[in-house]
Amino acid sequence: MNTTLATLAVLDGISYAALVFLVSVGLSLIFGVLRVVNVAHGSLYAFGAYLAATLSLAVAPISPWLTYPALIVASIAIGVICGGFIERFLLRPLYGRDDVLQLLITFAAFMIMDNLQRLIWGVQPIFAAEPLKLLPNISVFGVAYTSYQVILLPLVALLTLLGLRYFLRRTLAGAVILAVTEDREASTAIGIDAKKVYFVTFVIGASFAALGGALASPTTSLVPGMGADMIVLSFAVAATAGLGQIEGTALTALMIGLTRAFIIYIQPEFEVLVPYLLMVLVLLVRPFGLFGAVQVRKI
Amino acid sequence: MKFLKTALAATAATVLFAGSALAQGKPAEIKVGITTFLSGPASVFGVPAKAAAEMIAEDLNKKGGIGGVPVKLSFVDEGAGGEALVSNYRRMVQDDKVDATFASISSGSCNQLVPVAEDLKVMNFMWDCGAASILETKKYRYNFRTQANGTPEMLAVLLYLLKTKPNFKTIAVVNQDYAWGRESWEIFSTALKAMKPDVQVVAELFPKFGAPDYSTEVSRLLALRPDVVFTTSWGGDLDTLVRQSGQRGLLQQSTFILAIGESSIQRLGKDLPEGLIVGARGDHWFLHPEKKGDAAFKAFNEAFKAKTGAWPIYPVYHMAQAFAALQTAYDKAIKANGGNWPTREQVVDATAGIEFATGFGRPVTLRPEDNQGLEAQLVGVTKTVPGYDFKLLDNMMIFDPKVITNPAGIRSVEWLKTLKPEFVKMDVPTFKQ
Amino acid sequence: MNGRFKPITAVAVVFFVVAALAPLFVASWATLFALILAKGIVVLGIVLLLQAGQVSFGHAMFFATGAYSAAFWGKYVGGGDILLYIVLGGISSTVIGLIVGMFVVRYREIFFGMLNLAFSMVLWSLLEKMFHYTNGADGIRVARPGLLGFSFTPETFQYVILYVALVVAIAAFCGVQRYLESPLGHMLRAIKSNETRLEYLGTSARHVLLVGYVISAFLGGVGGALVSIIQQIATPEFGFWTKSGEFVFIAILGGGAHAFGAFAGAAMFETVRFYAAAHLADSWQLILGVVLIVIILYAPNGLIGLRQRDDRSKQGGH
Repeated sequence: MNTTLATLAVLDGISYAALVFLVSVGLSLIFGVLRVVNVAHGSLYAFGAYLAATLSLAVAPISPWLTYPALIVASIAIGVICGGFIERFLLRPLYGRDDVLQLLITFAAFMIMDNLQRLIWGVQPIFAAEPLKLLPNISVFGVAYTSYQVILLPLVALLTLLGLRYFLRRTLAGAVILAVTEDREASTAIGIDAKKVYFVTFVIGASFAALGGALASPTTSLVPGMGADMIVLSFAVAATAGLGQIEGTALTALMIGLTRAFIIYIQPEFEVLVPYLLMVLVLLVRPFGLFGAVQVRKI
Repeated sequence: MKFLKTALAATAATVLFAGSALAQGKPAEIKVGITTFLSGPASVFGVPAKAAAEMIAEDLNKKGGIGGVPVKLSFVDEGAGGEALVSNYRRMVQDDKVDATFASISSGSCNQLVPVAEDLKVMNFMWDCGAASILETKKYRYNFRTQANGTPEMLAVLLYLLKTKPNFKTIAVVNQDYAWGRESWEIFSTALKAMKPDVQVVAELFPKFGAPDYSTEVSRLLALRPDVVFTTSWGGDLDTLVRQSGQRGLLQQSTFILAIGESSIQRLGKDLPEGLIVGARGDHWFLHPEKKGDAAFKAFNEAFKAKTGAWPIYPVYHMAQAFAALQTAYDKAIKANGGNWPTREQVVDATAGIEFATGFGRPVTLRPEDNQGLEAQLVGVTKTVPGYDFKLLDNMMIFDPKVITNPAGIRSVEWLKTLKPEFVKMDVPTFKQ
Repeated sequence: MNGRFKPITAVAVVFFVVAALAPLFVASWATLFALILAKGIVVLGIVLLLQAGQVSFGHAMFFATGAYSAAFWGKYVGGGDILLYIVLGGISSTVIGLIVGMFVVRYREIFFGMLNLAFSMVLWSLLEKMFHYTNGADGIRVARPGLLGFSFTPETFQYVILYVALVVAIAAFCGVQRYLESPLGHMLRAIKSNETRLEYLGTSARHVLLVGYVISAFLGGVGGALVSIIQQIATPEFGFWTKSGEFVFIAILGGGAHAFGAFAGAAMFETVRFYAAAHLADSWQLILGVVLIVIILYAPNGLIGLRQRDDRSKQGGH
């Protein structure tokens, strides 16, 4: 493998990692605060993608540049409507109950959304590439890349990372979320409305999943079943990083993206195995993930 | 011991029950059970095919049905998973007592259901699945394939390539990682090695079935610069591959072969450039050069377009073939039975070796040795034509199935190995758009 | 605790009798009930771990191990037998359960679930990718095996496999019941209620959980082998995470508090899926999802919980 191919692999890896990060970080955030593994996360990703494509196809005839706001609108709409519904009506009655019930109710939401997606958008692949076509291609060693994939996507991922850091560390709302994460009882005692924090966090996390889907929609065909694959990949990334670790998720996504790209160049047969093998190895050595802190077990 | 006794009692009960159902009057209806994908990625084939089945049955019943008996359809979703598929298939046959089944789209489903149909002694038409091996490894009585299999389908595409672009040196493959992707490449590459041994295979990529992103594969192919890129992918996977390749100039750099691309042409619209070689899993094309003047063909296509919003694709025509086979078989069986309604076994006897025509393509023959259908193959190259917002096929060749199907009794791969470079020189009619 | 005739036991007896007799009247129920019983055996393993408060979100790996043991034997050795397949499935999943178990029993709750998921996804991707050995996503066909040297016609076979599944299911059910009422079973429950106290008593919680885990892996393998014989195929889908989810789903549906919950849940799940897929082909997932939500929100102890709550309220009325 020479430098040319290595450079290409790095570019491929980064653009893949950017999308994976956006989806995984939402999952990780939700777990960090609510202690819930949201199995419906992949469905939110799929819904975000489908709604974004529908909106882009609707606005593209007016002006192709309107498709960018359409992607954002779609992500927020799905985050608020679907995410809000799941938290308010499915998860909220279960706080304080068995963890497995919370996980399973999101599994039920996954099944329902998977089915609804087919009923709403049908089974024919949908494709809406306007946003990607607006940006020019760039050439690296004579190989063409779309700047949407190698510049815009990594940029959005980076902004998300920095934005989330700023939000959690520098704003009052972020401080409240962190406080609830640290110690729910104590923060409730000092007057924080934990329910509201849970709701807001879930909506934000869900919006990231939908944003990941929306940003992926110009590059890929939207098909039934796309959510089921994404959830388990983003879960592998979040778990390998350590659930609730924002920066760790970014680094892990990058690691998995790069490894995957190099594997496709060298030994493509093992591509599917990479994230899961990495996850097993890391969890065996560090069950709380690469960047996760060891938790004190309460007696 | 008690259980064994109950089991024996159960057997006795079933046998008695089956034995009593031999009355010979004209039935109220012919029940046909159809398995097709209504969910999952392959519903891109299954849903149009279901629409076609409903249209065809309605039309057939308006004309008085088969031998004066209307057909009644029931559907089972192949996408519900193997367990649900097998149990629902059994339910259809055992409880609903369907007279014939059409199963299935995926070779995986066929592999599961063909032995079941044989066990349950119900006539089954493999109406769309393509794995050659199913009928090569065993002789069945109740199972027929009313279309070609992967061997002539891939061979036709390869012959087209060798006839139109004989001078390529390197080739790469990007196929979905499942039986069809692997087997179609085995067929294609075996025949390629036999007929043009100097070609170098520079990359064999088998991304996961349903992979959402081929960016890395595209980069690698852009760097490798193969003369030809071969793919048998379909549905959303093919759409993604073609669009991601198109956006980055790979479609222009290499000659692409979309071996079963006919089913994606309309969806891909303007994203599909000119000059790609496209196969159709049979002589299926809504502007079939030998049929496009035919009024019934045009009427069917337009009715289908009005009903579903798209022109028919090959699974639609495969479904039509299954119905044509059913009708031909029943007519023949009724005739052979002196005009009386035939038993199920008589219908099965009549089916072996029939030739039937849908009117939507050339007639198909069911080879009596192995119940394999002999179906012509149409291959063409994409071209922009005013008045259509998607590409049409040009320079179409229609291959004679008797020449490009392996003889009964010889396994496809063994037969393909015996092909010589001269095989390419066969005469094939070419049609302009 | 040792009252011989609790209502739930009566319900279990009725269920097994129905499973034995009903298919004699409706032929297609033979396969349906065989599937219910086989899945119920797998879910027994989940219920067992639920006693310890642990949820395995990767149990499909044992299910797939059992199924592929049968498939590989059929493909590479040939001439299988139902009992041989079941034994093979049981042994291979026990071995894998022991190996994986030694790692996972160190963890609890979400970490336990996660690590299980990770292992199962590795197995799934291997089954998908090792095309030349596993036939990839299409899976391997399992030819209809005989039983103790007898071979059967297809009509008879569906009853043979039904009654084999029934015998195995009853044995597994009774076995798990006894295990849960044994000292080891009580210690398993103690992991959920108070693990530290268990350790103070001088018992290794890891050891207790490992025993439970290996038993549940064994049940998963046996159930997997049975399903592969009933379906006549083993595919990587058997080891995918949605399959694991389905097993946990069935356990919660039936009720995790009692071994019979496994069968009650499996019966409900398979029946809904069977009839929904037949009559509402477009929305069977939707229906199952809604059923699950209703159960979780309004009947958290599952189907058998409904029954028990009923009893309790009756007693309260006196």
